[in-house]
Amino acid sequence: MKLIETLISGLSMGSTYAMIALGYTMVYGIAKMLNFAHGDVIMVGGYMIFVTLSATGNPLLGLLAAVLFCVVLGVTIEKVAYKPLRGASPLAVLITAIGVSKLLQSTAQVVFGTAQKMVNVGDLGYLSWNGLTVQISTLVTLGCSMVLMVALSLFVKYTRTGRAMIAVSEDRGAAQLMGINVNKIIMITFAIGSALAAFAGLFMLMKSPSLTNTLGAMPGIKAFTAAVIGGIGSIPGAMLGGLLMGVVEAISLTVPAIAPYTDAIEFIILIVILLVRPTGILGKKRREKV
Amino acid sequence: MALLEVKDLSVFYGVIQALKGISFEVNEGEIVTLIGANGAGKTTTMQSVIGLIPAQSGTVVYDGQDITKLPCHKIVHLGMSQVPEGRRIFQELTVYENLVMGAYSVKNKSGFKDDIDRIYTRFPRLAERKNQIAGTLSGGEQQMLAMGRALMSHPKLLMLDEPSMGLSPLLVDQVFEIIKDINKDGTTILLVEQNAGKSLAISDRAYVLETGSIVLTGTGAELAASDEVKKAYLGG
Repeated sequence: MKLIETLISGLSMGSTYAMIALGYTMVYGIAKMLNFAHGDVIMVGGYMIFVTLSATGNPLLGLLAAVLFCVVLGVTIEKVAYKPLRGASPLAVLITAIGVSKLLQSTAQVVFGTAQKMVNVGDLGYLSWNGLTVQISTLVTLGCSMVLMVALSLFVKYTRTGRAMIAVSEDRGAAQLMGINVNKIIMITFAIGSALAAFAGLFMLMKSPSLTNTLGAMPGIKAFTAAVIGGIGSIPGAMLGGLLMGVVEAISLTVPAIAPYTDAIEFIILIVILLVRPTGILGKKRREKV
Repeated sequence: MALLEVKDLSVFYGVIQALKGISFEVNEGEIVTLIGANGAGKTTTMQSVIGLIPAQSGTVVYDGQDITKLPCHKIVHLGMSQVPEGRRIFQELTVYENLVMGAYSVKNKSGFKDDIDRIYTRFPRLAERKNQIAGTLSGGEQQMLAMGRALMSHPKLLMLDEPSMGLSPLLVDQVFEIIKDINKDGTTILLVEQNAGKSLAISDRAYVLETGSIVLTGTGAELAASDEVKKAYLGG
Protein backbone atom coordinates (compact mmCIF):
# COMPACT_ATOMS: atom_id res chain seq x y z
CA MET A 1 0.00 0.00 0.00
CA LYS A 2 2.83 2.32 0.96
CA LEU A 3 4.45 1.68 -2.40
CA ILE A 4 1.27 2.53 -4.28
CA GLU A 5 0.87 5.73 -2.29
CA THR A 6 4.46 6.63 -3.07
CA LEU A 7 3.94 5.92 -6.76
CA ILE A 8 0.79 8.04 -6.92
CA SER A 9 2.46 10.94 -5.19
CA GLY A 10 5.49 10.51 -7.46
CA LEU A 11 3.38 10.50 -10.60
CA SER A 12 1.56 13.58 -9.35
CA MET A 13 4.78 15.48 -8.67
CA GLY A 14 6.11 14.13 -11.95
CA SER A 15 3.13 15.38 -13.89
CA THR A 16 3.81 18.84 -12.45
CA TYR A 17 7.40 18.55 -13.67
CA ALA A 18 6.05 17.40 -17.02
CA MET A 19 3.86 20.52 -17.27
CA ILE A 20 6.97 22.66 -16.82
CA ALA A 21 9.22 20.45 -18.94
CA LEU A 22 6.79 20.82 -21.85
CA GLY A 23 7.39 24.57 -21.82
CA TYR A 24 11.15 24.07 -21.99
CA THR A 25 11.04 21.40 -24.64
CA MET A 26 8.53 23.10 -26.95
CA VAL A 27 10.38 26.41 -26.84
CA TYR A 28 13.66 24.59 -27.41
CA GLY A 29 12.25 22.56 -30.29
CA ILE A 30 10.56 25.47 -32.01
CA ALA A 31 12.53 28.60 -31.13
CA LYS A 32 15.84 26.69 -30.69
CA MET A 33 16.59 28.41 -27.41
CA LEU A 34 16.71 27.53 -23.71
CA ASN A 35 14.26 29.77 -21.94
CA PHE A 36 15.78 29.82 -18.47
CA ALA A 37 13.14 32.32 -17.36
CA HIS A 38 10.49 29.63 -17.77
CA GLY A 39 10.68 28.49 -14.13
CA ASP A 40 10.06 32.04 -12.98
CA VAL A 41 6.87 32.26 -14.99
CA ILE A 42 5.57 29.58 -12.57
CA MET A 43 6.46 31.87 -9.68
CA VAL A 44 4.64 34.81 -11.27
CA GLY A 45 1.65 32.50 -11.75
CA GLY A 46 1.89 31.62 -8.06
CA TYR A 47 1.72 35.28 -7.07
CA MET A 48 -1.25 35.84 -9.38
CA ILE A 49 -3.04 32.98 -7.61
CA PHE A 50 -2.08 34.54 -4.26
CA VAL A 51 -3.42 37.96 -5.24
CA THR A 52 -6.66 36.66 -6.74
CA LEU A 53 -7.22 34.27 -3.86
CA SER A 54 -6.74 37.07 -1.32
CA ALA A 55 -9.26 39.20 -3.20
CA THR A 56 -11.91 36.64 -4.09
CA GLY A 57 -11.17 33.45 -2.15
CA ASN A 58 -11.80 31.44 -5.31
CA PRO A 59 -8.88 29.18 -6.38
CA LEU A 60 -10.36 28.60 -9.85
CA LEU A 61 -10.48 32.34 -10.47
CA GLY A 62 -6.90 32.38 -9.22
CA LEU A 63 -5.94 29.76 -11.79
CA LEU A 64 -7.70 31.66 -14.56
CA ALA A 65 -5.96 34.91 -13.62
CA ALA A 66 -2.61 33.10 -13.43
CA VAL A 67 -3.06 31.46 -16.83
CA LEU A 68 -4.07 34.72 -18.52
CA PHE A 69 -1.31 36.74 -16.88
CA CYS A 70 1.37 34.13 -17.60
CA VAL A 71 0.33 33.87 -21.26
CA VAL A 72 0.62 37.64 -21.66
CA LEU A 73 3.90 37.61 -19.72
CA GLY A 74 5.38 34.75 -21.76
CA VAL A 75 4.42 36.32 -25.08
CA THR A 76 5.75 39.70 -23.94
CA ILE A 77 9.06 38.22 -22.80
CA GLU A 78 9.45 36.55 -26.16
CA LYS A 79 8.61 39.72 -28.08
CA VAL A 80 10.72 42.12 -26.04
CA ALA A 81 13.69 40.00 -25.00
CA TYR A 82 14.10 37.10 -27.41
CA LYS A 83 12.66 38.11 -30.76
CA PRO A 84 15.23 40.88 -31.34
CA LEU A 85 17.90 38.21 -30.84
CA ARG A 86 16.64 35.87 -33.55
CA GLY A 87 19.75 34.73 -35.37
CA ALA A 88 22.09 36.02 -32.66
CA SER A 89 24.61 33.71 -31.02
CA PRO A 90 23.04 31.12 -28.67
CA LEU A 91 25.18 32.48 -25.85
CA ALA A 92 23.62 35.96 -26.18
CA VAL A 93 20.15 34.41 -26.02
CA LEU A 94 21.09 32.29 -23.01
CA ILE A 95 22.46 35.29 -21.07
CA THR A 96 19.32 37.23 -21.94
CA ALA A 97 17.13 34.41 -20.64
CA ILE A 98 19.05 34.34 -17.38
CA GLY A 99 18.66 38.12 -17.20
CA VAL A 100 14.90 37.84 -17.69
CA SER A 101 14.82 35.21 -14.95
CA LYS A 102 16.59 37.53 -12.50
CA LEU A 103 14.37 40.43 -13.57
CA LEU A 104 11.21 38.45 -12.79
CA GLN A 105 12.54 37.30 -9.41
CA SER A 106 13.64 40.79 -8.42
CA THR A 107 10.40 42.39 -9.57
CA ALA A 108 8.43 39.88 -7.49
CA GLN A 109 10.62 40.72 -4.52
CA VAL A 110 10.06 44.44 -4.95
CA VAL A 111 6.31 44.04 -5.33
CA PHE A 112 5.60 41.34 -2.75
CA GLY A 113 8.55 41.60 -0.36
CA THR A 114 10.95 38.91 0.81
CA ALA A 115 8.72 37.25 3.40
CA GLN A 116 7.12 34.04 2.21
CA LYS A 117 3.38 34.09 1.62
CA MET A 118 1.14 31.25 2.69
CA VAL A 119 -1.28 30.47 -0.09
CA ASN A 120 -4.08 28.20 1.03
CA VAL A 121 -5.81 27.03 -2.12
CA GLY A 122 -8.27 25.01 -0.04
CA ASP A 123 -7.95 21.59 1.56
CA LEU A 124 -9.63 18.96 -0.58
CA GLY A 125 -9.16 16.29 2.06
CA TYR A 126 -8.13 12.67 1.80
CA LEU A 127 -9.38 9.65 0.00
CA SER A 128 -9.11 6.35 1.84
CA TRP A 129 -9.69 3.04 0.20
CA ASN A 130 -8.61 -0.40 1.48
CA GLY A 131 -5.87 1.06 3.62
CA LEU A 132 -4.73 3.34 0.82
CA THR A 133 -4.68 7.02 1.76
CA VAL A 134 -4.19 9.62 -0.95
CA GLN A 135 -4.61 13.37 -0.86
CA ILE A 136 -7.32 14.42 -3.28
CA SER A 137 -5.19 17.37 -4.39
CA THR A 138 -2.60 14.82 -5.54
CA LEU A 139 -5.19 13.09 -7.70
CA VAL A 140 -6.46 16.42 -9.04
CA THR A 141 -2.93 17.38 -10.06
CA LEU A 142 -2.39 14.04 -11.75
CA GLY A 143 -5.78 14.10 -13.50
CA CYS A 144 -5.54 17.69 -14.72
CA SER A 145 -2.00 17.19 -16.03
CA MET A 146 -2.98 14.05 -17.90
CA VAL A 147 -5.90 15.84 -19.53
CA LEU A 148 -3.67 18.76 -20.49
CA MET A 149 -0.97 16.48 -21.89
CA VAL A 150 -3.45 14.49 -23.98
CA ALA A 151 -5.02 17.73 -25.21
CA LEU A 152 -1.63 19.13 -26.15
CA SER A 153 -0.65 15.94 -27.99
CA LEU A 154 -3.89 15.98 -29.97
CA PHE A 155 -3.48 19.69 -30.70
CA VAL A 156 0.03 19.21 -32.06
CA LYS A 157 -0.86 16.17 -34.12
CA TYR A 158 -4.19 17.17 -35.61
CA THR A 159 -4.50 20.94 -35.89
CA ARG A 160 -3.06 23.15 -38.60
CA THR A 161 -1.20 25.23 -36.01
CA GLY A 162 0.07 22.12 -34.23
CA ARG A 163 1.42 20.66 -37.46
CA ALA A 164 3.03 24.01 -38.23
CA MET A 165 4.78 23.73 -34.85
CA ILE A 166 6.21 20.35 -35.83
CA ALA A 167 7.32 21.76 -39.18
CA VAL A 168 9.06 24.76 -37.60
CA SER A 169 10.83 22.55 -35.08
CA GLU A 170 12.08 20.29 -37.85
CA ASP A 171 13.24 22.86 -40.36
CA ARG A 172 12.48 26.53 -39.91
CA GLY A 173 13.41 27.50 -43.48
CA ALA A 174 11.37 24.73 -45.05
CA ALA A 175 8.45 25.67 -42.78
CA GLN A 176 8.60 29.24 -44.08
CA LEU A 177 8.55 27.88 -47.62
CA MET A 178 5.24 26.19 -46.73
CA GLY A 179 3.86 29.63 -45.93
CA ILE A 180 4.14 29.26 -42.16
CA ASN A 181 4.60 32.48 -40.19
CA VAL A 182 7.42 31.36 -37.90
CA ASN A 183 7.16 34.35 -35.57
CA LYS A 184 3.50 33.61 -34.98
CA ILE A 185 4.22 29.95 -34.26
CA ILE A 186 6.96 30.88 -31.79
CA MET A 187 4.56 33.28 -30.08
CA ILE A 188 1.91 30.56 -29.77
CA THR A 189 4.52 28.19 -28.37
CA PHE A 190 5.44 30.67 -25.65
CA ALA A 191 1.75 31.19 -24.89
CA ILE A 192 1.11 27.46 -24.48
CA GLY A 193 4.26 26.92 -22.41
CA SER A 194 3.38 29.81 -20.11
CA ALA A 195 -0.20 28.61 -19.65
CA LEU A 196 1.11 25.18 -18.62
CA ALA A 197 3.53 26.91 -16.23
CA ALA A 198 0.59 28.67 -14.56
CA PHE A 199 -1.08 25.29 -14.02
CA ALA A 200 2.17 24.00 -12.57
CA GLY A 201 2.18 26.97 -10.19
CA LEU A 202 -1.24 26.01 -8.88
CA PHE A 203 -0.26 22.35 -8.53
CA MET A 204 2.82 23.31 -6.54
CA LEU A 205 0.86 25.54 -4.19
CA MET A 206 -1.67 22.73 -3.69
CA LYS A 207 1.20 20.52 -2.60
CA SER A 208 2.94 23.05 -0.40
CA PRO A 209 1.43 26.47 0.38
CA SER A 210 4.58 28.53 0.88
CA LEU A 211 5.31 31.04 -1.88
CA THR A 212 8.51 33.03 -2.38
CA ASN A 213 10.08 34.66 -5.41
CA THR A 214 12.20 31.55 -5.98
CA LEU A 215 9.24 29.18 -6.14
CA GLY A 216 10.04 28.31 -9.75
CA ALA A 217 13.81 28.02 -9.48
CA MET A 218 14.32 24.42 -8.32
CA PRO A 219 11.29 22.92 -10.10
CA GLY A 220 12.43 24.82 -13.19
CA ILE A 221 15.86 23.21 -13.09
CA LYS A 222 14.39 19.78 -12.35
CA ALA A 223 11.85 20.08 -15.14
CA PHE A 224 14.58 21.20 -17.51
CA THR A 225 16.55 18.11 -16.45
CA ALA A 226 13.43 16.04 -17.08
CA ALA A 227 13.11 17.54 -20.56
CA VAL A 228 16.73 16.66 -21.32
CA ILE A 229 16.31 13.12 -19.93
CA GLY A 230 13.25 12.63 -22.15
CA GLY A 231 15.02 14.15 -25.13
CA ILE A 232 14.89 17.93 -25.44
CA GLY A 233 12.59 19.01 -28.25
CA SER A 234 10.39 15.94 -27.88
CA ILE A 235 6.92 16.48 -26.41
CA PRO A 236 6.34 12.84 -25.32
CA GLY A 237 9.92 12.93 -24.05
CA ALA A 238 9.17 15.83 -21.70
CA MET A 239 6.10 14.01 -20.39
CA LEU A 240 8.04 10.81 -19.82
CA GLY A 241 11.03 12.59 -18.33
CA GLY A 242 8.82 14.58 -15.96
CA LEU A 243 6.94 11.53 -14.71
CA LEU A 244 10.18 9.58 -14.30
CA MET A 245 11.69 12.44 -12.33
CA GLY A 246 8.70 12.63 -10.00
CA VAL A 247 8.60 8.90 -9.34
CA VAL A 248 12.35 8.73 -8.65
CA GLU A 249 11.99 11.68 -6.30
CA ALA A 250 9.06 10.13 -4.42
CA ILE A 251 10.74 6.76 -4.02
CA SER A 252 14.02 8.31 -2.97
CA LEU A 253 12.25 10.44 -0.34
CA THR A 254 10.76 7.35 1.33
CA VAL A 255 14.13 5.68 1.89
CA PRO A 256 15.66 7.40 4.92
CA ALA A 257 19.23 6.53 3.99
CA ILE A 258 19.12 8.30 0.63
CA ALA A 259 16.34 10.85 1.18
CA PRO A 260 18.72 13.76 1.86
CA TYR A 261 20.43 13.08 -1.47
CA THR A 262 17.24 13.07 -3.55
CA ASP A 263 18.19 16.06 -5.71
CA ALA A 264 21.65 14.63 -6.33
CA ILE A 265 20.16 11.28 -7.30
CA GLU A 266 17.95 12.94 -9.91
CA PHE A 267 20.89 14.69 -11.52
CA ILE A 268 22.96 11.50 -11.41
CA ILE A 269 20.19 9.80 -13.37
CA LEU A 270 20.45 12.61 -15.91
CA ILE A 271 24.16 12.02 -16.27
CA VAL A 272 23.77 8.25 -16.60
CA ILE A 273 21.00 8.54 -19.20
CA LEU A 274 22.98 11.08 -21.21
CA LEU A 275 26.01 8.76 -21.14
CA VAL A 276 23.93 5.94 -22.57
CA ARG A 277 21.71 8.03 -24.86
CA PRO A 278 23.18 11.48 -25.52
CA THR A 279 19.94 12.67 -27.15
CA GLY A 280 17.76 11.58 -24.21
CA ILE A 281 15.29 8.70 -24.05
CA LEU A 282 13.05 9.83 -26.91
CA GLY A 283 15.43 12.35 -28.43
CA LYS A 284 15.70 12.55 -32.18
CA LYS A 285 18.72 11.32 -33.98
CA ARG A 286 19.08 13.37 -37.10
CA ARG A 287 18.80 11.18 -40.15
CA GLU A 288 20.71 12.35 -43.16
CA LYS A 289 20.04 11.04 -46.61
CA VAL A 290 21.43 12.01 -49.95
CA MET B 1 4.26 39.46 -69.42
CA ALA B 2 6.88 39.16 -66.70
CA LEU B 3 5.62 37.12 -63.76
CA LEU B 4 8.85 37.71 -61.86
CA GLU B 5 11.04 40.73 -62.39
CA VAL B 6 14.28 41.04 -60.43
CA LYS B 7 16.16 44.36 -60.71
CA ASP B 8 19.66 45.13 -59.37
CA LEU B 9 19.31 42.63 -56.54
CA SER B 10 22.20 42.77 -54.06
CA VAL B 11 22.68 40.46 -51.11
CA PHE B 12 25.45 40.54 -48.53
CA TYR B 13 26.52 37.89 -46.04
CA GLY B 14 28.25 40.12 -43.52
CA VAL B 15 30.84 42.01 -45.59
CA ILE B 16 30.83 39.51 -48.43
CA GLN B 17 28.67 40.48 -51.36
CA ALA B 18 27.01 37.32 -52.66
CA LEU B 19 24.88 39.03 -55.31
CA LYS B 20 26.22 42.11 -57.06
CA GLY B 21 23.10 43.71 -58.43
CA ILE B 22 21.63 41.04 -60.68
CA SER B 23 18.63 41.58 -62.93
CA PHE B 24 16.55 38.95 -64.65
CA GLU B 25 12.96 38.15 -65.43
CA VAL B 26 10.73 35.15 -65.80
CA ASN B 27 7.74 35.47 -68.11
CA GLU B 28 4.50 33.66 -67.56
CA GLY B 29 4.62 30.11 -68.93
CA GLU B 30 8.39 29.99 -69.35
CA ILE B 31 11.06 27.70 -68.00
CA VAL B 32 14.00 29.91 -67.06
CA THR B 33 17.26 28.51 -65.74
CA LEU B 34 20.09 30.07 -63.80
CA ILE B 35 23.24 28.09 -64.38
CA GLY B 36 26.54 28.65 -62.69
CA ALA B 37 29.26 27.00 -60.67
CA ASN B 38 29.25 26.34 -56.95
CA GLY B 39 29.26 29.62 -55.04
CA ALA B 40 28.09 31.69 -58.01
CA GLY B 41 25.07 32.87 -56.01
CA LYS B 42 22.33 30.66 -57.44
CA THR B 43 20.86 29.50 -54.13
CA THR B 44 21.26 32.99 -52.68
CA THR B 45 19.21 34.32 -55.58
CA MET B 46 16.46 31.76 -55.00
CA GLN B 47 16.33 32.38 -51.25
CA SER B 48 16.40 36.13 -51.63
CA VAL B 49 13.60 36.18 -54.21
CA ILE B 50 11.29 34.17 -51.93
CA GLY B 51 12.19 36.28 -48.88
CA LEU B 52 14.25 33.81 -46.88
CA ILE B 53 17.25 36.15 -46.88
CA PRO B 54 16.92 39.93 -47.06
CA ALA B 55 18.11 41.95 -50.03
CA GLN B 56 20.30 44.98 -49.32
CA SER B 57 19.20 46.75 -52.47
CA GLY B 58 17.25 46.18 -55.64
CA THR B 59 13.64 45.16 -56.18
CA VAL B 60 11.73 41.95 -56.73
CA VAL B 61 8.37 42.36 -58.43
CA TYR B 62 6.10 39.33 -58.58
CA ASP B 63 2.78 39.30 -60.39
CA GLY B 64 2.78 43.10 -60.49
CA GLN B 65 3.48 43.49 -56.76
CA ASP B 66 6.70 44.64 -55.09
CA ILE B 67 7.62 41.76 -52.78
CA THR B 68 11.19 42.85 -51.96
CA LYS B 69 10.45 43.55 -48.32
CA LEU B 70 7.82 40.83 -47.75
CA PRO B 71 8.62 37.92 -45.42
CA CYS B 72 8.78 34.47 -46.96
CA HIS B 73 5.46 33.18 -45.65
CA LYS B 74 3.57 36.08 -47.23
CA ILE B 75 5.28 35.57 -50.58
CA VAL B 76 4.32 31.89 -50.50
CA HIS B 77 0.69 32.90 -49.96
CA LEU B 78 0.92 34.93 -53.19
CA GLY B 79 1.48 31.74 -55.16
CA MET B 80 5.22 31.28 -55.26
CA SER B 81 6.65 27.94 -54.23
CA GLN B 82 10.14 26.58 -53.91
CA VAL B 83 11.80 23.19 -53.84
CA PRO B 84 14.85 24.11 -51.80
CA GLU B 85 18.38 22.89 -52.28
CA GLY B 86 18.81 19.55 -50.52
CA ARG B 87 15.00 19.02 -50.69
CA ARG B 88 14.48 19.71 -46.98
CA ILE B 89 11.43 17.52 -46.61
CA PHE B 90 10.13 17.02 -43.08
CA GLN B 91 12.05 13.88 -42.20
CA GLU B 92 10.02 12.88 -39.15
CA LEU B 93 6.65 13.21 -40.88
CA THR B 94 5.07 10.71 -43.24
CA VAL B 95 4.87 11.28 -46.98
CA TYR B 96 1.20 12.18 -46.62
CA GLU B 97 1.87 14.61 -43.76
CA ASN B 98 4.55 16.31 -45.83
CA LEU B 99 2.00 16.88 -48.57
CA VAL B 100 -0.44 18.24 -45.96
CA MET B 101 2.24 20.74 -44.95
CA GLY B 102 2.61 21.70 -48.60
CA ALA B 103 -1.05 22.73 -48.62
CA TYR B 104 -0.59 24.91 -45.52
CA SER B 105 -1.04 28.14 -47.46
CA VAL B 106 -4.21 26.94 -49.25
CA LYS B 107 -7.14 28.63 -47.54
CA ASN B 108 -9.91 26.62 -49.19
CA LYS B 109 -9.49 23.00 -48.09
CA SER B 110 -12.29 21.60 -50.27
CA GLY B 111 -9.89 20.80 -53.10
CA PHE B 112 -7.41 19.06 -50.84
CA LYS B 113 -8.43 15.51 -51.76
CA ASP B 114 -8.17 16.28 -55.48
CA ASP B 115 -4.79 17.92 -55.00
CA ILE B 116 -3.42 14.90 -53.16
CA ASP B 117 -4.74 12.59 -55.88
CA ARG B 118 -3.21 14.80 -58.55
CA ILE B 119 0.18 14.55 -56.81
CA TYR B 120 -0.17 10.77 -56.38
CA THR B 121 -0.97 10.45 -60.08
CA ARG B 122 2.07 12.47 -61.07
CA PHE B 123 4.31 10.66 -58.56
CA PRO B 124 2.96 7.09 -58.20
CA ARG B 125 5.86 6.22 -55.91
CA LEU B 126 4.53 8.69 -53.32
CA ALA B 127 1.13 7.00 -53.37
CA GLU B 128 2.78 3.64 -52.70
CA ARG B 129 4.68 5.10 -49.78
CA LYS B 130 2.19 7.59 -48.42
CA ASN B 131 2.36 6.29 -44.83
CA GLN B 132 6.11 5.89 -44.77
CA ILE B 133 8.27 8.24 -42.68
CA ALA B 134 9.76 10.62 -45.22
CA GLY B 135 13.29 10.38 -43.82
CA THR B 136 13.41 6.72 -44.84
CA LEU B 137 12.74 7.42 -48.52
CA SER B 138 15.50 7.12 -51.11
CA GLY B 139 17.07 10.31 -52.46
CA GLY B 140 15.01 10.15 -55.66
CA GLU B 141 11.78 9.60 -53.76
CA GLN B 142 12.61 12.50 -51.46
CA GLN B 143 13.07 14.72 -54.52
CA MET B 144 9.66 13.62 -55.81
CA LEU B 145 8.16 14.36 -52.41
CA ALA B 146 9.77 17.81 -52.28
CA MET B 147 8.33 18.56 -55.72
CA GLY B 148 4.92 17.17 -54.80
CA ARG B 149 4.91 19.18 -51.58
CA ALA B 150 5.76 22.38 -53.46
CA LEU B 151 2.95 21.73 -55.96
CA MET B 152 0.29 21.27 -53.26
CA SER B 153 -0.09 25.05 -52.96
CA HIS B 154 -0.95 25.52 -56.68
CA PRO B 155 1.99 27.82 -57.34
CA LYS B 156 2.00 30.16 -60.31
CA LEU B 157 5.77 30.20 -60.09
CA LEU B 158 7.65 27.09 -59.03
CA MET B 159 11.31 27.52 -58.18
CA LEU B 160 13.53 24.45 -58.10
CA ASP B 161 17.00 24.63 -56.58
CA GLU B 162 19.28 21.88 -57.90
CA PRO B 163 16.58 19.23 -58.27
CA SER B 164 18.97 16.80 -59.93
CA MET B 165 21.63 16.98 -57.22
CA GLY B 166 22.80 13.61 -55.97
CA LEU B 167 20.49 11.58 -58.20
CA SER B 168 21.38 8.72 -60.53
CA PRO B 169 21.47 9.59 -64.27
CA LEU B 170 18.20 7.74 -64.83
CA LEU B 171 16.46 9.70 -62.09
CA VAL B 172 17.95 12.96 -63.36
CA ASP B 173 16.27 12.37 -66.74
CA GLN B 174 13.02 11.58 -64.97
CA VAL B 175 13.19 14.78 -62.88
CA PHE B 176 13.71 16.93 -65.98
CA GLU B 177 10.79 15.18 -67.70
CA ILE B 178 8.58 15.95 -64.72
CA ILE B 179 9.66 19.60 -64.72
CA LYS B 180 8.72 19.82 -68.39
CA ASP B 181 5.34 18.25 -67.60
CA ILE B 182 4.63 20.61 -64.72
CA ASN B 183 5.42 23.53 -67.01
CA LYS B 184 3.16 22.16 -69.75
CA ASP B 185 0.31 22.11 -67.22
CA GLY B 186 0.68 25.86 -66.86
CA THR B 187 3.18 26.44 -64.05
CA THR B 188 5.98 28.90 -64.70
CA ILE B 189 9.37 27.51 -63.70
CA LEU B 190 12.55 29.10 -62.40
CA LEU B 191 15.26 26.47 -62.25
CA VAL B 192 18.72 26.58 -60.73
CA GLU B 193 21.08 23.87 -61.91
CA GLN B 194 24.66 22.78 -62.11
CA ASN B 195 23.62 20.27 -64.72
CA ALA B 196 23.79 22.88 -67.49
CA GLY B 197 23.28 20.51 -70.41
CA LYS B 198 20.02 18.98 -69.28
CA SER B 199 18.58 22.20 -67.92
CA LEU B 200 19.38 24.29 -71.01
CA ALA B 201 17.71 21.62 -73.14
CA ILE B 202 14.35 22.19 -71.47
CA SER B 203 14.69 25.96 -70.89
CA ASP B 204 13.06 28.74 -72.87
CA ARG B 205 15.68 31.16 -71.61
CA ALA B 206 18.66 31.02 -69.31
CA TYR B 207 21.10 33.21 -67.41
CA VAL B 208 24.68 32.41 -66.51
CA LEU B 209 25.64 33.49 -63.02
CA GLU B 210 29.29 33.97 -62.13
CA THR B 211 30.46 35.12 -58.66
CA GLY B 212 27.33 37.11 -58.01
CA SER B 213 26.83 38.67 -61.45
CA ILE B 214 24.91 37.66 -64.54
CA VAL B 215 27.47 37.36 -67.31
CA LEU B 216 25.46 35.87 -70.14
CA THR B 217 21.85 35.44 -71.19
CA GLY B 218 19.96 33.97 -74.10
CA THR B 219 17.58 31.21 -75.08
CA GLY B 220 18.34 27.75 -73.84
CA ALA B 221 19.51 26.69 -77.29
CA GLU B 222 21.69 29.79 -77.77
CA LEU B 223 23.48 29.26 -74.49
CA ALA B 224 23.89 25.55 -75.10
CA ALA B 225 25.62 26.46 -78.37
CA SER B 226 27.76 29.26 -76.93
CA ASP B 227 31.46 28.58 -76.71
CA GLU B 228 31.82 30.12 -73.29
CA VAL B 229 29.05 27.98 -71.81
CA LYS B 230 30.39 24.89 -73.54
CA LYS B 231 33.84 25.47 -72.15
CA ALA B 232 32.79 26.36 -68.61
CA TYR B 233 29.72 24.23 -67.98
CA LEU B 234 29.29 21.56 -70.60
CA GLY B 235 32.75 20.05 -70.40
CA GLY B 236 33.50 20.91 -74.03
